[in-house]
Amino acid sequence: MGILVDENTKVVVQGITGNEGTFHTKQMLAYGTNIVAGVTPGKGGTEIDGIPVLNRVKDAVDIYSANTSCIFVPPPFAADAMIEAADAGINVIVCITEGIPTLDMIKAVTFIRKCGAVLIGPNTPGIISPGKTKVGIMPGHVHKQGSIGVLSRSGTLTYEVVDQLTRVDLGQSTCIGLGGDPIVGASFVDHLRRFKEDTETKGVVLIGEIGGTAEEEAAEYIKEEFSKPVAAFIAGQTAPPGRRMGHAGAIISGGKGKAEDKIQSLQSHGITVVLNLGQMGKTALQVFP
Amino acid sequence: MKIHEFQAKDLFRNFGIPVPSGTLATTPSQAVENAKSIPGPPWVVKAQIHAGGRGKGGGVRLVKSLKELSKAADEILSNSLITPQTGPTGQKVRQVLIEEGLEIEREFYLGIVIDRKLESTVMIFSQAGGMEIEEVSAQHPELVLIETIDSVQGLMPYQVRNFFYALDPMPDKSMLKGFSATMTRLYKLFLSKDCSLVEINPLVLTKSGNVVALDAKINFDDNALFRQKEIAQLHDPYELDELEVKAAESNLNYIRLDGNIGAMVNGAGLAMATMDVIKLAGAEPANFLDVGGGASEEMVANGLKIILSDERVKAILINIFGGIMRCDVLARGVVNAAKEVKINVPLIVRLEGTNVEEGREILQNSGLDFSVAQDIEDAARMVAAQVS
Repeated sequence: MGILVDENTKVVVQGITGNEGTFHTKQMLAYGTNIVAGVTPGKGGTEIDGIPVLNRVKDAVDIYSANTSCIFVPPPFAADAMIEAADAGINVIVCITEGIPTLDMIKAVTFIRKCGAVLIGPNTPGIISPGKTKVGIMPGHVHKQGSIGVLSRSGTLTYEVVDQLTRVDLGQSTCIGLGGDPIVGASFVDHLRRFKEDTETKGVVLIGEIGGTAEEEAAEYIKEEFSKPVAAFIAGQTAPPGRRMGHAGAIISGGKGKAEDKIQSLQSHGITVVLNLGQMGKTALQVFP
Repeated sequence: MKIHEFQAKDLFRNFGIPVPSGTLATTPSQAVENAKSIPGPPWVVKAQIHAGGRGKGGGVRLVKSLKELSKAADEILSNSLITPQTGPTGQKVRQVLIEEGLEIEREFYLGIVIDRKLESTVMIFSQAGGMEIEEVSAQHPELVLIETIDSVQGLMPYQVRNFFYALDPMPDKSMLKGFSATMTRLYKLFLSKDCSLVEINPLVLTKSGNVVALDAKINFDDNALFRQKEIAQLHDPYELDELEVKAAESNLNYIRLDGNIGAMVNGAGLAMATMDVIKLAGAEPANFLDVGGGASEEMVANGLKIILSDERVKAILINIFGGIMRCDVLARGVVNAAKEVKINVPLIVRLEGTNVEEGREILQNSGLDFSVAQDIEDAARMVAAQVS
């Protein structure tokens, strides 16, 4: 099963004719993702690698039954693209774009939730259910199909962790990049709820970082309601306060959002926290039977 | 992005938020000359640096004569100002803001921030003004009032009344108008300039019954600067580390730290985790550097050069997990950098991911002197060996 995306996922790539859009469309097709259409306003009627390009997302839904969208639209226009997808009836919206103004995101998440759609990102590598489909930019070859769910606020750090899991034969059910921005479409808790109901997922790895309180909220939820084993890693133990560490959401501000507070919170709720990134694979073998 | 107090007050003026009369000066004699054009004595002389806590470091002084003003300006402008937020070497002060001294009746705190958990802007108001709001929040949470500002409704009149009628003692009801105007205009500023934080601490009620912003702090959303060109111009290059400015020019995400092991990584999360690995190995990271997913050979070469121009760096760890970023691109970047800048410190390279075999081959055949780490554990061991 996995969550949110699987072999029934039909993807429309928004911004397909741009450099990133075209490159990653090819990569996704190579992985086996079912891309049914692309959208670039004004370029409708053309084609990329055999994929029809349309002017509007609603056409991708009406004509090609797209149910998932992957957005490679530049920051000034990305919020509009997300909202267009939600309004057109897309169920899962994956926004790869980094650099979207925060005030745009505040308005967008409210609207998207009202439409009942799930937003992954922005500023995310995407979502992958190994062996079934990949909606995003992660390197498919380091993933392996299995039963560990992976939730992360990061990009390449996620690949590092997944690679270690694959090497010790702990395959993954679904891996999701929540996004590196301060305001993202869904939280750890939102996805944990889904993993709870997914019979294929037997355990979860959580990869967090400095900034915000998402990990602390996850810790509480896991203690109260999530009985499958969880292992966590938090990046940024050495990050100085007040500085934005790459990700717009990775900032310790007003004394809040420190890595050690998150680690403390997870540990005190009974969750194993890997402190040394190199030990992730080894520790996972102990946590996940 | 941060700006100075005087720039924030200019913006406040544009939005009709009352601020004291003020004038800028870069020398003591200019300070004296310009002070004559504003009401006073008394005057307040304020160091213009981004870091907070200026008062604690002697960067905010009340003066009662032009002689005192000249002395204060001279002392502030000729010494580095050290505050709890500047670090031990302090910050050079290039300008002072001179303002009329006001007769203060009461002090308040007013701010707007983005609350990540609520996914909304919130307005924060407290009658405990002129103090550290985080301390007030910890010790007297009942004095810190918060209103969530709905993105569709905006700041509603009842929310302003929620703040005002909670005050104890309550000011005269005629004061509500002044607070209301300031709060409404502050929110308008926040939205129209894409702020991430605005703070007035203290917001004062003068003895003559006026609401005035005695201090002003505004941070802007870096992601929105593309559509805030005028705001982007307010940036002060003197407030940034030289190497960080250079890195930004090459579109590299670089933050200088205090240690001696340089690091170059693709991806912010992995870069932070790599810094942590260095620390766990018993060393101290010299920097955070994220070359990003789409980094070109040139960007990689520039990144390496910037790390190498930090004299404290005793060794460099390159940790790349190639997803979009390809290991062969990175390897070529390293080799090209080595041709331009002598790599005179030990180099530890750990490559994994897309085109890894090609990348490793390019490094092997380059004739460069470096160590190859098989995985993170291995890289950490090699770093530890450097420092012992």
